[in-house]
Amino acid sequence: MSEPLFSKKNLKLLSDPLNSSNPITVQVLGICSALAVTAQLKPAIVMSISVIAVVALGNVIISLLRNTIPNRIRIIVQLVVIAALVILVDQILKAYVYDVSKQLSVFVGLIITNCILMGRLEAFALGNRPWQSFLDGIGNGSGYAAILIIVAFFRELLGSGSVLGFRIIPESWYIANGGFYANNGMMILPPMALITIGIIIWVQRSRNRKLIEN
Amino acid sequence: MNRNGNTYTVLYAAVMVILVAAVLASVSMALKPKQVLNTEIEKKQSILASVNIESTAANAEKIYAEKIVTQYVVNVKGEQVEGDAFNIDLKKERAKAHEDMLLPVFECHTSEGIKYILPLRGTGLWGPIWGFISLNDDMNTIYGANFDHQGETPGLGAEINTPIFEEPFIGKKIFDESGKLISIIVAKVGQDAPAEHKVDGISGGTITSKGLEKMLLDDFTSYQEFFKKKKS
Repeated sequence: MSEPLFSKKNLKLLSDPLNSSNPITVQVLGICSALAVTAQLKPAIVMSISVIAVVALGNVIISLLRNTIPNRIRIIVQLVVIAALVILVDQILKAYVYDVSKQLSVFVGLIITNCILMGRLEAFALGNRPWQSFLDGIGNGSGYAAILIIVAFFRELLGSGSVLGFRIIPESWYIANGGFYANNGMMILPPMALITIGIIIWVQRSRNRKLIEN
Repeated sequence: MNRNGNTYTVLYAAVMVILVAAVLASVSMALKPKQVLNTEIEKKQSILASVNIESTAANAEKIYAEKIVTQYVVNVKGEQVEGDAFNIDLKKERAKAHEDMLLPVFECHTSEGIKYILPLRGTGLWGPIWGFISLNDDMNTIYGANFDHQGETPGLGAEINTPIFEEPFIGKKIFDESGKLISIIVAKVGQDAPAEHKVDGISGGTITSKGLEKMLLDDFTSYQEFFKKKKS
């Protein structure tokens, strides 16, 4: 119990999911929402924050309950905890930041089906203490967020010519205005999100020795 | 106690479900009034936007009270009937038989005369689309339009709630010269239609654009008798 709060081992819980055990690119979890919400940057950012909050809190709750949960219904218990948290987040967004909640609409509900949540609760929180579980939740949520934001940045830039709604490609470049440029319509559709993630995985694997398979 | 026994498992599940239900129910009840207020303010903002008045969540109620002077309900024969125009659920009205439909009308008094605001509701690609459209007192020229959607594709169908799509509606006519209802044609590139009835659709959002076109036609058809009464 005398282990310091931010010991090397604990910090690894935070940093590993950003690279060597990234939930999206290495564990291939949460791909579905990474394809759905990344057409523009803003919803991707809000989705990321919501997922970080829900996975961190869910991890802590399950970790606190871990010695009482009957083994046979543990998946149901995890699901109830996640669903309850997501509904709470949704209700609070609707009451206090109505604009944001409208932007996210169905995506908030989709957090429930995000495999990262169940994955972390089952694989980590059930066997670890609350503080470690909290760090693991923040770490994995951030790992998810990092990929989502990278993908959304490129999709919005190449697909709509803007970043966070601000125009980057000048209007005068467009063919419609006598220029030479056209947005890549494919970038707005989910298949290009998958290809973008594929490219990220490629870059990551070629740089990270731990991930190179023999 | 045996944590893997049936009694423990059943008790655990029961207690958990009751606790979670209690928490969710009380949070929902506590936040309900605020959420209802938010949706009302949003509706007021959309109504104001359809007569080209900008408002923020903070001042929408005040502006609405000033500008939208009268609101009433008519039936398909154009006669005024009992009802609360603001709280009519269009989804339910659309499900009714045509002659039982209640049609809300909002009047906005501007320096350029009375503008009549009609609510719209239809279907896009993924889910419902809706909006408000305002007409000049000739019951023919569109004064402003505001659309919104539940879950159209971002960057494609979802563009219907942007000014780029909405502004071209201003000044368009819904009747042709012989007085026949044409409504507005949301055209694809190259589609031929009289300019005064045509706005450009969204590339890649054809189903949403066509849904919106149908929504306008359906709505104007229901209000046709009301238009006639107002014009005469």
